[in-house]
Amino acid sequence: MPDDTQIGGRNGKFPATRWSLIVASRSAQAEERQRALDTLIAAYWKPVYKYIRLRWGRDNEQSKDLTQEFFARLLEKDFLESYDPEKARLRTFLRVCVDRFLANEEKAAQRLKRGGNVQFQSLDFESAEGELQQLEIPSSETMDDFFAREWVRSLFSLAVERLRRECEAQGKQRHFQLLELYDIDEGGKELTYEQVARQFGVKASDVTNYLAYARREFRRIVLEQLREMTGSEAEFHREARALLGMDVDLP
Amino acid sequence: MKFLSNAALDRLRAAADAPDLSGTRYQLVDKLGQGGMGGVYRVEDTALERKVALKVIGVADPGGELAARLLREARVIAQLEHPGIVPVHDIGTLPDGRVFYTMKLVQGRSLDEHVPQLGSIADRLRVFEKICEAVSFAHAHGVLHRDLKPQNIMVGPFGEVLVMDWGLSKVLADANPPARLPGAISNAGPGTGHGAVLGTPGYMAPEQARGEKLDQRADVYSLGAILKFLLNFGERPPRPVVAIAEKAVAEDPALRYEAAQELAADVAHYLDGLPVSAYPESAPTRIWRWTVRNRAWLLLILAYALMRTLFILWRGK
Repeated sequence: MPDDTQIGGRNGKFPATRWSLIVASRSAQAEERQRALDTLIAAYWKPVYKYIRLRWGRDNEQSKDLTQEFFARLLEKDFLESYDPEKARLRTFLRVCVDRFLANEEKAAQRLKRGGNVQFQSLDFESAEGELQQLEIPSSETMDDFFAREWVRSLFSLAVERLRRECEAQGKQRHFQLLELYDIDEGGKELTYEQVARQFGVKASDVTNYLAYARREFRRIVLEQLREMTGSEAEFHREARALLGMDVDLP
Repeated sequence: MKFLSNAALDRLRAAADAPDLSGTRYQLVDKLGQGGMGGVYRVEDTALERKVALKVIGVADPGGELAARLLREARVIAQLEHPGIVPVHDIGTLPDGRVFYTMKLVQGRSLDEHVPQLGSIADRLRVFEKICEAVSFAHAHGVLHRDLKPQNIMVGPFGEVLVMDWGLSKVLADANPPARLPGAISNAGPGTGHGAVLGTPGYMAPEQARGEKLDQRADVYSLGAILKFLLNFGERPPRPVVAIAEKAVAEDPALRYEAAQELAADVAHYLDGLPVSAYPESAPTRIWRWTVRNRAWLLLILAYALMRTLFILWRGK
């Protein structure tokens, strides 16, 4: 399975709804806490890595170490204990944590020498570096905006991957392929439903239905993930509005 | 894991928000715009083989308040059959549970985009008259628009003018609306709110901004603000036209035109070279205007008098 990181979610399964990693990270059960951190790392490690590369100007080797060290400290120090959803978005809180962590980099480096006890072997830094090379970064974009966009990219990538797995499991590969064609790959929009129907050997109305299904499922997955990644209902609604142009209420 | 480009992120964002049209007679073409209540999409009506606009709620609506508001908007528009009001074709609920209605796809541009093409003052006033006619028609059916602004007016390629976005409209309690119109509501009552500011600053009547009880003079104020907007472009507007706009946007509703029809009539008077109620003229100005308007008759009388005089003089010799 072409998966950048296996830490993000056991078996790729996310809890149904109404589960927040913030709540879980404070759970008395170690397994629950670990699952929360896995989810957090899966969504945030790429944005953090790219942010360290660009905002702090570190080379890729240093950025790899610092990214791993940052998340290791999250595990060690119960960072999330100090997070208050009323005061800031989780995304903003984590970015500020990265900045503070980098500001104290020397101490962090010492810790790394002293211990370096947590290694996330499965983080595919090569792919993150490759993505960084492909990125078009608008000159007007602030680092805050950059971090937010990379977080969206990470969230959507995880959602697309999960949708692919779910479609495969249900024998609905065609539904996913249509989403891939129209909404992910370049140039798919140029094709009419009739052309695509001929290409896939289905009726044009099937194209509408399959695509609608895949988009609906994609939306559901994104919103479920978003609910996990946000600290409060208010933040969830705010992020959903910013992310998908809508406020939402999950069933 | 596949790398998602910035363009792919934008497409996925739009796809996740797109209405689910599976199993319906509509096929999505593209998104036309986003409002406070939801989005408007260009869709293909496969049954009638034509393109229409589909408006759908896109926001949280656990209490069904927005769905009710959208349905109400569609039903209000459906009752207002007028060339200046966009017609509704269909109404329903999509497979994703969202309420929608379809309407005529208006090909054209909003008034704020179109106004640079309106060269003369007279051209702009003729468009304004059409807006007043549509609003006046709605008032006659007991409906206030409450969000009139250049962005909500569409001007078509053949000069047709359509008043759009009746989402904040209000059915007047003391009016005599057609039997099927939804019931009257208060200014801040259900079906209009969802935490949104009702109306648009700059075009909203002061009493509307204060949340007071409204009547058609609130729309007259917005029409006056639109007229002022139209006069901001090109040549300097004549004083009577400025006076019309100023009267329409008077702070005190009692000092405004009583009705959109009166406002339209004053504009028509100006275009016909007649005096306007908003601009009292001095006696010499009035005489001059009368002379200019009746110059053909005056010249004929003068010519006759001259000929008659010459004839008398010739006979007297």
